[in-house]
Amino acid sequence: MYFDSVGAALAMDGHGVYVWFIVIVSWALIGSLLVLPILSGRRFLLQQQGLLRREQRAADTAAQREQSQQQQQQSGQEEGHAPGS
Amino acid sequence: MWSFFHKLGSPPWMYRISGSILTWLLPLTLLMLVSGSIWGLLYAPADFRQGNSFRIIYFHVPASVVALAGYYVMASAGAVSLIWKMKMAEVAMKCCAPVGAAFTFLGLLSGAVWGKPTWGTWWVWDARITSMLILFFLYLGVIALYQAFENKTAAAKACAVLSLVGTVNIPIIYKSVDWWYSLHQPATIKFTEESTMDSAMLQPLLLMIVAFYCLFACSLLLNMRGELLRQGARTNWVRELVSGGKVEKSTRGEPDVL
Repeated sequence: MYFDSVGAALAMDGHGVYVWFIVIVSWALIGSLLVLPILSGRRFLLQQQGLLRREQRAADTAAQREQSQQQQQQSGQEEGHAPGS
Repeated sequence: MWSFFHKLGSPPWMYRISGSILTWLLPLTLLMLVSGSIWGLLYAPADFRQGNSFRIIYFHVPASVVALAGYYVMASAGAVSLIWKMKMAEVAMKCCAPVGAAFTFLGLLSGAVWGKPTWGTWWVWDARITSMLILFFLYLGVIALYQAFENKTAAAKACAVLSLVGTVNIPIIYKSVDWWYSLHQPATIKFTEESTMDSAMLQPLLLMIVAFYCLFACSLLLNMRGELLRQGARTNWVRELVSGGKVEKSTRGEPDVL
């Protein structure tokens, strides 16, 4: 290592404030450039998954309602045709 | 060759191939960034005139170089979208702008911070710094222009024209230190001549430049993947992806978004 101690590496002969500030900003920027698109993609996929699940549930409920209506109609017709009525 | 271009225009293919590229490029980029940072900050010798403040070079030069190259990538994508009306090029152009703006911002900020101990001032309105600021505004202009249009096809056309017009600025930035008197030092890395930098300082710098190019590619691909998903939200391939086994993992805390 070029520096004798950790303190010397942090101080960098009085230039440490400038250098380490840029290091922190750069790494924050690098992190955000990589993490933000991953998080936004993950959020979008989860949203779409929820949307798809809701659509599926709505379609299932509509199918069940239609089925029960058909059953009611069938039972009504059977009662109408029942002997003695 | 042509089949590759046809494939490149297909969102599902692009999404898949970018995912497989990112699985090795992303760790490699992080490894290069970490090792380049440590090498440059802690192991490279200090500059005899600037002292340790010169170590800002390991972030300033790579960010600025990639900001300029990123603009060419954006303008090339804009040209392809204008000439061949390729949707994927529009996506690439749109996703280039924020990434390029981030690199330009880092180049400007690190330059200002480096200027204080070296020149005694944060900012001077010289040709290099002013043209770099114009580059930052060009990137922001492309982002704002795209958001301003409701019709995204018209937005992409306008952005493509703006990015193509803005390419005039790039050679000006490159040559500004030679054409005008400037506080900014001339280029230290030259393709035609030997570098004026000592190899102990140059090697980590070259590593960081390669790492920043890879970082640009990673960030661009990640942004493009997100944009492809958003644009194709109602298409079969996104629905298959969402309902398929890959995305099911995300509910268990292991989302497959790479």
